[in-house]
Amino acid sequence: MLRLPPFRLRTPSSLEEAARIVAGEGPAARFVAGGTDLWPNMKRRHQKADTVVSLMAVPGLAELRGDTGGNLEIGGTVTLDRVERDERVQTRFPALARAVASISSPPLRNMGTIGGNLCVDTRCTYYNQTEEWRRSIDYCLKEEGTVCWVAPGSSRCWAHTASDSAPMLAALGARVRLAGAEGEREIPLADLYRDDGIDYLGKRPEEVLSRVVVPAEADAGHCRSAFWKLRRRGSIDFAVLSVAVALWQEHGVVTRARIHLGAVASWPVGAEKAAEALVGRPVGDEEAIREAAKLVRRVATPMDNTDFLAQWRGVMAERYAESALREASGLEVTGLAPNHRLVG
Amino acid sequence: MNDENRSPADAAADAADTSPSSAGRYIGAPFRRVDGRAKVTGDTRFADDLVFPRMVFVKLVRSTVPHARVGAIDFSAAREVPGYLGHLVGDDLPIPFGILPVSQDEHALALDKVRFVGDPVAAVAATTEDAATEAALAVGVEYEQLATIASLEEALATPEPRIHELERSEGNVHKAVSYRFGDLEAGLAEADLFLDDLFYYEGNTHLAMEQHACVAVPEDDDRVTLYSSTQTPHYVHRALTRVLGLPASRIRVVATSNGGGFGGKSDPFSHEMVAAKMALVLGRPVKVVLTREEVFYCHRGRHPVLMSQRTGFTKDGRITAQHLKTVLDGGAYGSYGVASTYYTGALQTVTYKLPRYAFDGVRTFTNKPPCGPKRGHGTPQPRFAWEVQLDKAAHRLGIDPAELRLRNLEEPDAVTANYLQLGTIGLRRCIEAVVEGSGWRERYGKLPEGRGLGLACGSYLCGAGLPIYWNHMPHSGVQLQLDRSGGVAVFCGETEIGQGSDSVLAALVADVLGIELGDIRLCVADTDLTPVDLGSYSSRVTLMMGNAAIQAAERARELVAQAAGDALEVPVSRLVFADRRVFDAETPADGMTFQEAVILAEARFGTLGTTGSYTPSRNPARYRGSGVGSSPTYSYSAAVLEVEVDPLTGLYRPAHVWIAHDIGRSLNPVLVMGQVEGSVYMGLGEAMMEEQVFRRLPPSRSSALVHKMPSLLEYKSPTFHDMPPVTTYLIEDPDPAGPMGAKEVGQGPLLPIMPALSNAIFDAVGARVDQVPIHPHMVLKALSAKDRRYGPRAFPEVDFGPPLHVPTPAEGGDGRAIDDPRHRRTHGIRSADGTMTTREEALRAQHAAGLTTG
Ligand SMILES: Cc1cc2nc3c(=O)[nH]c(=O)nc-3n(C[C@H](O)[C@H](O)[C@H](O)COP(=O)(O)OP(=O)(O)OC[C@H]3O[C@@H](n4cnc5c(N)ncnc54)[C@H](O)[C@@H]3O)c2cc1C
Ligand code: SF4
Repeated sequence: MLRLPPFRLRTPSSLEEAARIVAGEGPAARFVAGGTDLWPNMKRRHQKADTVVSLMAVPGLAELRGDTGGNLEIGGTVTLDRVERDERVQTRFPALARAVASISSPPLRNMGTIGGNLCVDTRCTYYNQTEEWRRSIDYCLKEEGTVCWVAPGSSRCWAHTASDSAPMLAALGARVRLAGAEGEREIPLADLYRDDGIDYLGKRPEEVLSRVVVPAEADAGHCRSAFWKLRRRGSIDFAVLSVAVALWQEHGVVTRARIHLGAVASWPVGAEKAAEALVGRPVGDEEAIREAAKLVRRVATPMDNTDFLAQWRGVMAERYAESALREASGLEVTGLAPNHRLVG
Repeated sequence: MNDENRSPADAAADAADTSPSSAGRYIGAPFRRVDGRAKVTGDTRFADDLVFPRMVFVKLVRSTVPHARVGAIDFSAAREVPGYLGHLVGDDLPIPFGILPVSQDEHALALDKVRFVGDPVAAVAATTEDAATEAALAVGVEYEQLATIASLEEALATPEPRIHELERSEGNVHKAVSYRFGDLEAGLAEADLFLDDLFYYEGNTHLAMEQHACVAVPEDDDRVTLYSSTQTPHYVHRALTRVLGLPASRIRVVATSNGGGFGGKSDPFSHEMVAAKMALVLGRPVKVVLTREEVFYCHRGRHPVLMSQRTGFTKDGRITAQHLKTVLDGGAYGSYGVASTYYTGALQTVTYKLPRYAFDGVRTFTNKPPCGPKRGHGTPQPRFAWEVQLDKAAHRLGIDPAELRLRNLEEPDAVTANYLQLGTIGLRRCIEAVVEGSGWRERYGKLPEGRGLGLACGSYLCGAGLPIYWNHMPHSGVQLQLDRSGGVAVFCGETEIGQGSDSVLAALVADVLGIELGDIRLCVADTDLTPVDLGSYSSRVTLMMGNAAIQAAERARELVAQAAGDALEVPVSRLVFADRRVFDAETPADGMTFQEAVILAEARFGTLGTTGSYTPSRNPARYRGSGVGSSPTYSYSAAVLEVEVDPLTGLYRPAHVWIAHDIGRSLNPVLVMGQVEGSVYMGLGEAMMEEQVFRRLPPSRSSALVHKMPSLLEYKSPTFHDMPPVTTYLIEDPDPAGPMGAKEVGQGPLLPIMPALSNAIFDAVGARVDQVPIHPHMVLKALSAKDRRYGPRAFPEVDFGPPLHVPTPAEGGDGRAIDDPRHRRTHGIRSADGTMTTREEALRAQHAAGLTTG
């Protein structure tokens, strides 16, 4: 079987210590939570570390609280399984529960954490391969190489964002708390990401994602949300496209909307123009939804670096955006829905 | 015909008045499989579970370039890895091997050239698997790169550079065959409807859960034992003998329980040769466990095949003639490829009456992992073409697709246009069962837009009529040893790959002797201890091993009956073996225990042992290449698949599968259903998503040609969520050729699934996808295409060579080709040790020894 290379494992018991170790060791150190992303990547040797700093022993990081002024606070090492099954999440943020429930498979959700999911490495079928395989293409820009094989003329990496919770939490307007060696700061979750397959996180390497705050105004009492994920099979697979939508309304008219896409860009790209097209229009205006769906397709840049034909994924961005918006608007959704088991 | 060739059923009929009888409790019942508990609890010891004192680990260094001459190999950095023990390179094992005698084109480690990314170049040994991994990564290899061939079209168009320098073929063509069975033009002239279609079937791999593994253990006196997850220990034994240059008696091969095989573990492999050699060199046990990626490189899976099929039909739906052309993408080595090439044509004739048939096939070499046999070996591709084209014909003719097939059904015991001798045919009942079960008559063509039903059939061999190397010995042997405890030890070379062959073997012997499974002890798949069985391939085990087992058990029963009959003063013919007793059929209380009877028999005859063996009878064909396709009998299947299709996205989902399989007789209905459902699952994987495909980087920047996704995550195979409900019907019509009437089930039921999906999609949305796997974008493209079709649009110019003309039985043919310059009589030849390997060798042996036994 594939073997892990040797490394040192540290298990600090405070956020400061964790941040200090990583700050001290530089790029040779990495955090690990559930390890469902890091260990396979290290086995294939496209992520390397001399020191791996586990966050699982940091007290308080695995708390999930729903009582802070209506906001939902999810600690960085809360497992995906707990998020998915939490009654508050299921009733107040049903689309988030769906997004999390769609991640991989039950064993991986038992191990994987929300922090790990938000920081999960970007993916590409030229990159998520073994050391020997990557030698045979002479590597690529993201790791050790000089060319991006997905777009050889381009100077950037187009690896796609892989997190399913990220677009949903971005649509809900969540914020994340980052704890560094010098204390904590809180930023909008959407600002955690950069449109770059290599430098995909807008945080310093030593900053720990300690908490996700989902605002009360995004709960089911105030906001209608939906999450649609496209993938080959009913389980295990990463998204090749996900569409997360959140709509706010007053007197049957959309007042605010957010749409974020997973897996069709290097970050959970927001479809602002599409969202704007809905504002001021009645909830469930089919014409407006069709217009918005067309605009969603424009921000999707599916590349030939995952499953399915890239062009078809573009077509599907429009279709799934329409379906997700219809669902959030309470309209009937026709056509084949994804066949993965969904919460509820 | 000698005794060996008679089916047990015949023997039983002849001997009915003199033989004892049995009343077994297992055959036909859903008895628990003998290895079930161990498999469920984890007690089964697979090759990777074996641990020996002082065992070390070997890792193969595989080529990172697709086509190159191998230059210097630098082990200096590898040597620095703590625990490093040594290495091997091509020159250490220079003798070529390959599963077919005509394709001895592989080396354990590259001798001069590498031919695909993943081709083994060197091997390093170390004290731990971690150290072996680090050392292997540290080996540096210089390559002088050559141009690459990525597809079958390129192979045909690019004679140079040649991937193999074969004498018998040109360019990058491995094998070309061409046949005319009957007057094709006359047949086509009779047609009112003439269909000419192109189809493409993408390659895919077996994806057995267990990754190949082996352990080689050096023994006293320069002997070596290889424990390996192989489906064919006998052939591995032969290959090792050749490559190691040791007498066969110094090599022992034991096949461990396979965690699935599906044809992927039927070749002798590099890692097996390397482990054995390294064990001899180091004097320590050596383990090799392949990674999933390496298994994708071993491959031997489904050939990508481009097909052109022209068929004529009369107005009332009768088939008049067919001309099938196939081009196979063989990958970098021969493997079973010559046989695969024939198989893409051989079984088109066994389901429907096909009075005239022409077949042209060609296999090409490409710089990709070698293709070979996967469940259905070479036949799912043309079966897809056949069944989809029949669906098209039904539409054009306005005949219901089920009715069209029923009108053309082949007759039981017929000899086909290509001289295959058929046995029983349960296809009518199969079609009727799925038509009835699916509500076909009420629902086909009448479901709302987006829902559809598709029907397709298939047929498969029950064991290949000929062995892989030229010989006339039995294909399967079984040996019994009866002991004083009343227990019976059964020895047989058969290999359990999950299909349940151990259970079938034990149950047949138990039932003939009227004893319990608990009384049977199995010793299987061990070249030192067990009589040869050729291996778990071509759906041959139940039929061949089963007949051998029955023969051995009946011989044992005869001995025991004689002793018991004398003691009881009852004629042998009145004795019954049942409930672990031997008793008088007329007064069942008069009897004794089986153990008492065995003790009497041992006292009378001495140590009790019997053997049984099975050799298929000859088929009626006499033309060159006719060995492929012949079989003692054929299984049949029919399926109806219901699908839901979203015409806006092309997404589709199978909603239900009804499948009926002509099993002859179910020896164990649960095992049979397991095979049927497993075949449906695997067929759906091939139909919907599985593909072994490759990436070539822009040639201006790179010469890379790599497997696109050699991982379990990215090579898509269905999960539980993707599996529709399946309704299975077992059609029983005992075949005299099979053990107690049984036919195969391991492969046949896969065949109808892929065409049934394509046909169902057509019924749902009126668009054809003449290609598998069917990706949703293809459905979408077909819907917007002018001809509402997605599929290949061109067939390359191919030189299939001069055709062999074989008049059909209906034309008065005798099974010979009329114009074969190379035709010579070779059958009936036997070398002194019976192990000639090739036709040429056989001919040489004939001259040398003057041996002919016509
Ligand atoms: C077969 C398979 C299928 C998968 N399918 C999906 C899928 O469908 N959808 C999906 O979204 N993901 C999927 N994943 C990816 C992964 O399992 C999840 O994203 C999971 O949530 C990662 O969490 P983890 O705790 O295991 O992360 P880890 O592997 O421990 O960490 C992932 C990365 O985040 C960093 N990190 C972890 N925690 C923190 C933190 N608190 N602060 C800062 N950095 C941190 C680590 O340094 C590492 O770089 C899949 C993985 C596999 C192997
Ligand atoms: S997008 Fe380009 S650079 Fe990024 S991982 Fe893929 S091939 Fe490498």
